[in-house]
Amino acid sequence: MTDLTAKTIAELREGFRGGEFTARELAEQYNTAVASARALNAYTVETPDDALAAADAADKARGSDELGSLAGIPLGIKDLFATRDVDTTAGSRILTGFKPRYESTVTANLRKAGAGMLGKLNMDEFAMGSSNETSAFGPVISPWRRKDGGNAALAPGGSSGGSSAAVAAGIAPAATGTDTGGSIRQPAAFTGICGIKPTYGRCSRWGIVSFASSLDQAGPMARTVRDCAILLEAMAGFDPRDSTSLDLPVPNWETELSSDLRGKRVGIPKEYRIDGVPADINALWDKGIEWLRDAGAEPVEISLPHTKYALPTYYIIAPAEASSNLARYDGVRYGLRVETEGGLDAMYAATRAAGFGAEVRRRIMIGTYVLSAGFYEAYFTKAQRVRTLIKQDFERAFEQCDLILTPTAPSAAFGLGDKSADPIAMYLNDVFAVPASLAGLPAMSVPGGLDEQGLPLGLHLIGRELDEQGVLNAGLAIEERAGFTAKPTRWW
Amino acid sequence: MADATAPFHIKGETGEWEVVVGLEVHAQITATASKLFSGAATAFGAEPNTQVSLIDAAMPGMLPVPNEECVRQAVRTGMALDAVINRWSRFDRKNYFYADLPQGYQISQLFHPLVGEGEVEILLDEKDESSAKRVGIERIHVEQDAGKLMHDQHPTMSYVDLNRAGVALMEIVSRPDMRSPAEAGAYLRKLRAILRYVGSCDGNMEEGSMRADVNVSVRKPGAELGTRTETKNVNSVRFVMQVIEYEARRQVELLEDGGSVAQETRLFDPDRGTTRTLRSKEDAHDYRYFPDPDLLPLELDEAFLQECRASLPELPDAKRKRYEGDGITPYNASVLTAEVETARWFDALLEAGAAPAQSANWVVAELFGALNRLGKSIEESPVSPSQAAELLGLVADSTISGTIAKQVLEIMLETGEGAAEIVENRGLKQTSDTGAIDAEIDKILAANADKVAEYKSGKQQLFGFFVGQTMKAMQGKANPQVVNERLKAKLDG
Repeated sequence: MTDLTAKTIAELREGFRGGEFTARELAEQYNTAVASARALNAYTVETPDDALAAADAADKARGSDELGSLAGIPLGIKDLFATRDVDTTAGSRILTGFKPRYESTVTANLRKAGAGMLGKLNMDEFAMGSSNETSAFGPVISPWRRKDGGNAALAPGGSSGGSSAAVAAGIAPAATGTDTGGSIRQPAAFTGICGIKPTYGRCSRWGIVSFASSLDQAGPMARTVRDCAILLEAMAGFDPRDSTSLDLPVPNWETELSSDLRGKRVGIPKEYRIDGVPADINALWDKGIEWLRDAGAEPVEISLPHTKYALPTYYIIAPAEASSNLARYDGVRYGLRVETEGGLDAMYAATRAAGFGAEVRRRIMIGTYVLSAGFYEAYFTKAQRVRTLIKQDFERAFEQCDLILTPTAPSAAFGLGDKSADPIAMYLNDVFAVPASLAGLPAMSVPGGLDEQGLPLGLHLIGRELDEQGVLNAGLAIEERAGFTAKPTRWW
Repeated sequence: MADATAPFHIKGETGEWEVVVGLEVHAQITATASKLFSGAATAFGAEPNTQVSLIDAAMPGMLPVPNEECVRQAVRTGMALDAVINRWSRFDRKNYFYADLPQGYQISQLFHPLVGEGEVEILLDEKDESSAKRVGIERIHVEQDAGKLMHDQHPTMSYVDLNRAGVALMEIVSRPDMRSPAEAGAYLRKLRAILRYVGSCDGNMEEGSMRADVNVSVRKPGAELGTRTETKNVNSVRFVMQVIEYEARRQVELLEDGGSVAQETRLFDPDRGTTRTLRSKEDAHDYRYFPDPDLLPLELDEAFLQECRASLPELPDAKRKRYEGDGITPYNASVLTAEVETARWFDALLEAGAAPAQSANWVVAELFGALNRLGKSIEESPVSPSQAAELLGLVADSTISGTIAKQVLEIMLETGEGAAEIVENRGLKQTSDTGAIDAEIDKILAANADKVAEYKSGKQQLFGFFVGQTMKAMQGKANPQVVNERLKAKLDG
């Protein structure tokens, strides 16, 4: 029997509809694959029955008009999405055993389209991290290894590291991710897959455990640009339960896909040429420019002058919002409670000390500090102003170009433990990803090639507000020209 | 009783002190059946934790969505207080940990409130327009209420009831414009009346839908403002007045003993009528206010504002002026407009054709007295406005006298019959038949020859006696004017 786990979602859709295989066969193959890859630590919960139930429903509906766009496709779901009656922990000890009685809008949308769930995917705790090492369940190990034979365990990126590893290792055809400051794009780049963060407001945040509300966006992580388009169409849409949700129709991204970029101008921001970036990455960037030119686009140099302030701005706004968003984890109503002497305050302190890991505690403290009396103006207010300037940078740039091309991350995947002692080095990983997050713009990572160690590198496309189509089309043009077919060699 | 308009000063050993009062009134938006950011119900007195949505319990990933009707009611309230409505406002988070606050923050409005400056006119003496005083409103913002802790359910633990968590409140912040307990009382009563006219808040202080934080300081008249204390969550007009009285005296004593007033939050003890320290300024929370990133700014368009304005009823001040213009005395106008239910009832009476001044007297003197005896509110009055109009009409066209009208009202209250029916069936119609009246007068004069003689020799005050006797003999049904005329003719003629 053919290995269905090697196929893209577009292929699976055709094959299933054409009767080449049943959805149950597909779900069973994936369930087996998931169970055989536990060494990656990608899933925190496996839900084979869920995948089978969706598959059976799809098999029953096959041939009818009611077949959803994702009928019978099993997906991995990042553990930040609330899934009814299934553990939803955001990678944190403080949500130990928490089973919501509700389903996030995005996963509900996917289910409506016919998708099933293979399980919940590991992630950095509360999506705070770039390596998956902050998870209370231990790090996800990337399926990729360096060519040097050292067999060092590598980071799958973060915070959607379970998602990236699962898709790259073939234990999910695609997965949901969330991106607050690069959490879809950087792990996609590290593992040689595609991932898109849509315009802020495209996907409802209802039922997604909040990290930083003004930045959080859900998006798909998949093997191809087309698969991303298919998934994003199913995930996105107006939701009256999220006040920041965009009340706009969902475009037909998949049918409008076109790698013909004639008439498009691609901005190359000079501020993204920074010191310390490996030559491989700058070389790939140059290749990317040539590929887009080949697709008909005209490269133009642009300036995004406030780029260097983006990371510090992000590390004020995101922790500030997080410090408040995470106040609800207090041991009173759900999740972990550490009983102790000394009354309510002592219970809070003991619960939160035991429930939150070091990185989450660090960001809560940073956030509390920047919002406190006497520091608010100097940090939070100033950061909000800089955020506006960064948005304006992009607005000006988009007067000269239609989309922007940069590298996704300043390095290939690093070894687990390499950066975990140095938060600043870790934060620098998102230096290219964060500006688009602050501006709320759609942005995507597409694999472009391998570095000298044989590790994947990603190219990063940023589009105008609401122009996911432009981003996907440029992504498709790169995908067609890069011919990226490398797969990690199975060691797990 | 002391003159309500005289300045309220506290006599200390070092001279007179003036008290300065500002009130922050928390008024629950009772016009809506659901909470500020969730669809959960808000009925008073429900079983604990039966009116709690996933949002109110701050479950992971839950998001607030503003309830447009709450915003509308706050805007209408602002308009009724003659206040600036801010077309652009925003919600902020007030962060602190407490077990009754599931989110770990209260969604409120610090930086950009929905309603800006306005004012309330109070009358220090209901009978005197010139005793009017304006109390400034600084702002009104909309915010969430917290839940409630119950400490009496378990020997070592407290229980949490989240029914109130997320309920919509308007915080109405006054300027420190009040100078006495009486002024604060008048302000609260007026504010409550306006809220009830508008319908945004039922003003029910016993059920907690209206409560006040009382800011009090003292100073020598004309001096700079003193340090204030804030006494939290006071839930009756009387208690607010007690707090001011107590705090002012306490502060004067402190200052005259050479001490100073600590800027602090205090708690009222209704059993003792005193206040005590809740927390000092040093223990004050740093609330780390910042704009709520889950919510977009509130932007109000012209059509929405117009609709809000058009939906406002006639407010107490306008109504009082209208009544006075109709010849109703200032006191009656004040009494009739103080409660929205009374005003509503009285307007219906006028609409049914009753004459304003006469009806006002009748409602205040007769109807209120009758309802009082029955222990009923005006809404529960067994006599409807149209029935009352019928009764008053009979008096106005001299079908019955005022005295008979009292009897008729009693019968109406007892039997529910209509006034005309009662008068007809029981023969209570007033008579102007001079023949019958003359006959009775002749009998009385004959039976009281001694008094007639006394009268004629100059004891004029006996005239009333003859009137009374005649009316009695006529069972009250004689037209008093005719009786007067006939008696005069017979005695003086």
